[in-house]
Amino acid sequence: MLKNITLGQYFPGSTFVHRLDPRTKLLIIVVYIVALFLVDKIAAYLPVIVFLALSVAISKIKPKVLVSGMKPLFIIIVITAIINLFFTSGEPIFKLWVISVTKEGVRAAIFMLLRISLLIMGTFMLTYTTAPMQLTDGLESLLGPLKKIKVPVHELAMMMSIALRFIPTLIEETDKIMNAQKARGADFETGGLLQKAKAMLPLLIPLFISAFRRADELATAMESRCYSGGDGRTKMKQLSYGSIDAIAGAAVIILLAAVILLNTFGV
Amino acid sequence: MSNIIEIRNLTFKYANDEGNETVAIDGLDLNIEEGSFVAVLGHNGSGKSTLAKHLNGILQPTDGTVLVAGMDTRDENLITDIRRQVGMVFQNPDNQIVANVVEDDVAFGPENLGVEPAEIRRRVDEALKAVDMWEFRSHAPHLLSGGQKQRVAIAGVIAMRPRCIVLDEPTAMLDPAGRAEVIDTVMRLNKEQGITVVLITHHMSETINADRLIVMSDGRIVEDGRPEQVFANVQKLRDAGLTVPETTQLIYELRREGIDLPLDALSVEACADSIYKAFA
Ligand SMILES: Nc1ncnc2c1ncn2[C@@H]1O[C@H](COP(=O)(O)OP(=O)(O)OP(=O)(O)O)[C@@H](O)[C@H]1O
Ligand SMILES: [Mg+2]
Repeated sequence: MLKNITLGQYFPGSTFVHRLDPRTKLLIIVVYIVALFLVDKIAAYLPVIVFLALSVAISKIKPKVLVSGMKPLFIIIVITAIINLFFTSGEPIFKLWVISVTKEGVRAAIFMLLRISLLIMGTFMLTYTTAPMQLTDGLESLLGPLKKIKVPVHELAMMMSIALRFIPTLIEETDKIMNAQKARGADFETGGLLQKAKAMLPLLIPLFISAFRRADELATAMESRCYSGGDGRTKMKQLSYGSIDAIAGAAVIILLAAVILLNTFGV
Repeated sequence: MSNIIEIRNLTFKYANDEGNETVAIDGLDLNIEEGSFVAVLGHNGSGKSTLAKHLNGILQPTDGTVLVAGMDTRDENLITDIRRQVGMVFQNPDNQIVANVVEDDVAFGPENLGVEPAEIRRRVDEALKAVDMWEFRSHAPHLLSGGQKQRVAIAGVIAMRPRCIVLDEPTAMLDPAGRAEVIDTVMRLNKEQGITVVLITHHMSETINADRLIVMSDGRIVEDGRPEQVFANVQKLRDAGLTVPETTQLIYELRREGIDLPLDALSVEACADSIYKAFA
């Protein structure tokens, strides 16, 4: 039952988007988010949507996958939109008892809806098209200069990649423990939220104990393989920018320019 | 041949929270010849894992010395060199795989040693082919079978080009097919590449093809010799808390009934053969 968690899922492929250097993709997502938050005319959303749609089309990620990935966040998006819709003061369009919908409210709701959805879909595209290990490598490389001011960049990247490596292992283990406890009469499915949370407690304890044991064994195994931090380490897979990275970079600059342009002249 | 590992009067004590000490290794002497295949048996808590962890400096002796290719494991400056020479494979394959792509995991050791990227690539391919896992190089390790994971772990070790591999119960969590895969791989590496192998195990059958079998009990070596010689000492093995292989057991019982049979027939065929000869 836990198998269908899609957190940070990666869909292997060899399209233009997949082949981009992870650093390029990380920088693009930063520019994309900046562009998204710069938008203050509805028309300026157009280039952002086009940019996202293009990357979805090129990477051959099924739009359905992207939408279903949004499902768990759907409620949050809707609530945010509703709050904006009803609680923005301004010129009322219609009034019903104490509730009033204003022109500004409609506008704010649409903006929120688009902003949050585009933000989430954009970051999903990043994790869908980049192998987790590549992402951490890219982050480590991009944040490299911070090592000079004593930020433990290598260690953070290593922690992230180990966490990613162990997510499936721990999910599998949780499943096993759940089944073992179900077999002895534990009930994880019925009851309210509180009751379910309570039922989870006996699950967490064995899981934690085993996670600590794993961490200990992993540390020993890593030391046995001569691991001693990031100093003097090389990488088998070198990151390198290619001409496709330049193209993608140009595309995101055009996106930013288009947003700024439409902000100034659009409606 | 020279010794890759020389252990002199090794004693190791674990200190626990209450200030008590457990003596895990008690004045142990051991030389391991380069290129040999040494199996280690012993009951639970006899000190096998503790001994293994001394062979690459994870643990340092409380007393005595451990020399790996002439290097003292207590010398901090030599520790990387020692770990490059002696690779370790542990019981739980899930807890020793670091990366989430097979080939990235095999590259982990050489990367730590600062090997050039092109050379790492070469070694990774070579190591994966040596353990017969090359087709799986871009797979996620968590989707592999236990035996396959353990072979990836072995590849990760041989990519560092060690002279010796120490395996601490590498088959304990595997099914019979996985066990056979791992043992076959290890034997091949020993025969074809001359890598010294120290195999710690609970399965008698895995020790039969070793050059030498060591039996540990309470932190000491109680038996040391060729497997057939060691198993012939049925009473002593029982005292060490071990059961002997069924073939030896059978011959031992027949001998007690007064039938003269050689005790060193270990394999099923050899056993059947000697019984047949005795009655023919
Ligand atoms: N981390 C530890 N702290 C304290 N005592 C320990 C520790 N590890 C092992 N021991 C003790 O040291 C002794 C030897 O343990 P060791 O793990 O080496 O045995 P083993 O032969 O590997 O056993 P097994 O077959 O169960 O793996 C045992 O008595 C054990 O209880
Ligand atoms: Mg052990």
